Amino acid sequence: MGTGHAHKLYRHGHSPVHALPPHTKIAAGLAFVVVVVSTPREAMWAFAVYAGLLALVAHTARVPAGFLLKRLLIEVPFVAFAVLLPFVAEGERIDVLGLSLSVNGLWGAWNVLAKGTLGVAASVLLASTTELRELLLGLQRLRLPPLLVQIASFMVRYGDVITDELRRMRIARESRGFEARGVRHWGVLAKSAGALFIRSYERGERVHLAMVSRGYAGSMPVIDEVTASRAQWSYASLLPGAALAVCLLGWIR
Amino acid sequence: MTPSLEVSGLAFAYPDGHQALFGVDFSLARGERVALLGPNGAGKTTLVLHLNGILTGGTGTVTVAGLPVGKKHMAEIRRRVGIVFQDPDDQLFMPTVREDVAFGPAAAGLKGPELEERVDRALGRVGMAEFKDRPPHHLSFGQRRRVAVATVLAMEPEILVLDEPSSNLDPASRRELADILRSLDVTVLMVTHDLPYALELCPRSLVLSDGVIAADGATAELLADDTLMRAHRLELPYGFDPRSVPAAPGRS
Repeated sequence: MGTGHAHKLYRHGHSPVHALPPHTKIAAGLAFVVVVVSTPREAMWAFAVYAGLLALVAHTARVPAGFLLKRLLIEVPFVAFAVLLPFVAEGERIDVLGLSLSVNGLWGAWNVLAKGTLGVAASVLLASTTELRELLLGLQRLRLPPLLVQIASFMVRYGDVITDELRRMRIARESRGFEARGVRHWGVLAKSAGALFIRSYERGERVHLAMVSRGYAGSMPVIDEVTASRAQWSYASLLPGAALAVCLLGWIR
Repeated sequence: MTPSLEVSGLAFAYPDGHQALFGVDFSLARGERVALLGPNGAGKTTLVLHLNGILTGGTGTVTVAGLPVGKKHMAEIRRRVGIVFQDPDDQLFMPTVREDVAFGPAAAGLKGPELEERVDRALGRVGMAEFKDRPPHHLSFGQRRRVAVATVLAMEPEILVLDEPSSNLDPASRRELADILRSLDVTVLMVTHDLPYALELCPRSLVLSDGVIAADGATAELLADDTLMRAHRLELPYGFDPRSVPAAPGRS
């Protein structure tokens, strides 16, 4: 599997993490995030341990730190909100470097930042060790509503087709001397978007016709049944298990 | 022997009142390769969509190897009639070639090694076995068309219906596809504008014009009949003389 299945988020490899069945990884990732979110924000050491755990997983998966950190940048727009908190929150205030900041706000910002970063890091790790197609199989196995899985898998299949169509429309526009400059040209762009929508809608109808012609009757046939052994489940549960222990310690202290 | 396909008195009007078919009759014997020729708007696509029961509700009957097309046997009819649509991007909707070819047989309930074997065999017949785990959008157009044929072959159809099989193919892919089609031992109905391709592959042709079968006979004779051709807006490419090339050999 995987030849030519190049996706920006996925990093091809043969580590024990890559080899785990996708649904065990999704379940483990989700459990880890839930545990992290339910940790008290005052237990700062716990978050450091979580980060350590993730680093350990990344090491086992042979995902380099640079690769991971670059993809963490997606979080930046959300961080902006966290940075605002200490300035706007109510309550007791302290002075830091001549700025009057809210203590509550500082804790809030820390909370958002730490938990958010850990959550994003876990997702990036999942995406870089699991192929898109496998993720879909995993979601299917975890009994996500089949309609959602089908929509997602069509998105994967037709994303490139539609991007290509968009590119051809842009080339056709520019070949006739059009260049989008400023608000006056938004009308043309909006019409292109509308045309693309109609084309995609019509393609959807043709695809449906092709599916019905091959015996589709409302549900996707199961072609690859992904299964996991007890050993694989317990291996995958190491991460959320360790995190849970840390979380409980955080509440006791 | 029961014919592979029998169409009799088929007429159909779309809900908006536009009548596309006005009583179509023909029959295809098992193993025949037949071209369905006709100008744009002749009703070719409408006819094709009747063959596996996507369009119904007009008058007349379609019978596939003795089984009438109707609600009762729809799953079996769709297994027996394999349609290869014009745009392979419409036909190949799964993330990998293997899953796409497996779709039809899996929908029919096949599983495990049996399913795997069916996929391998279908891909082998179109020479695409080594592309099994590729996503379809990374293949060339000709390769995608061949995989589209495999998706239908995997269902072991009684009859293969191809909608404009040679469109958008470069000459090499076009010849490769012709070789594949010649090597198959199923009944083939090929809907096309590409008259040389029809002559190369199909000993017999039907001309569909204004919703009726206007002619039915040996491809070489039909293409050589200038009056008939002109009457139905069928034109040969510049410089092509059907009398100067050998016609498609019949099935031995």
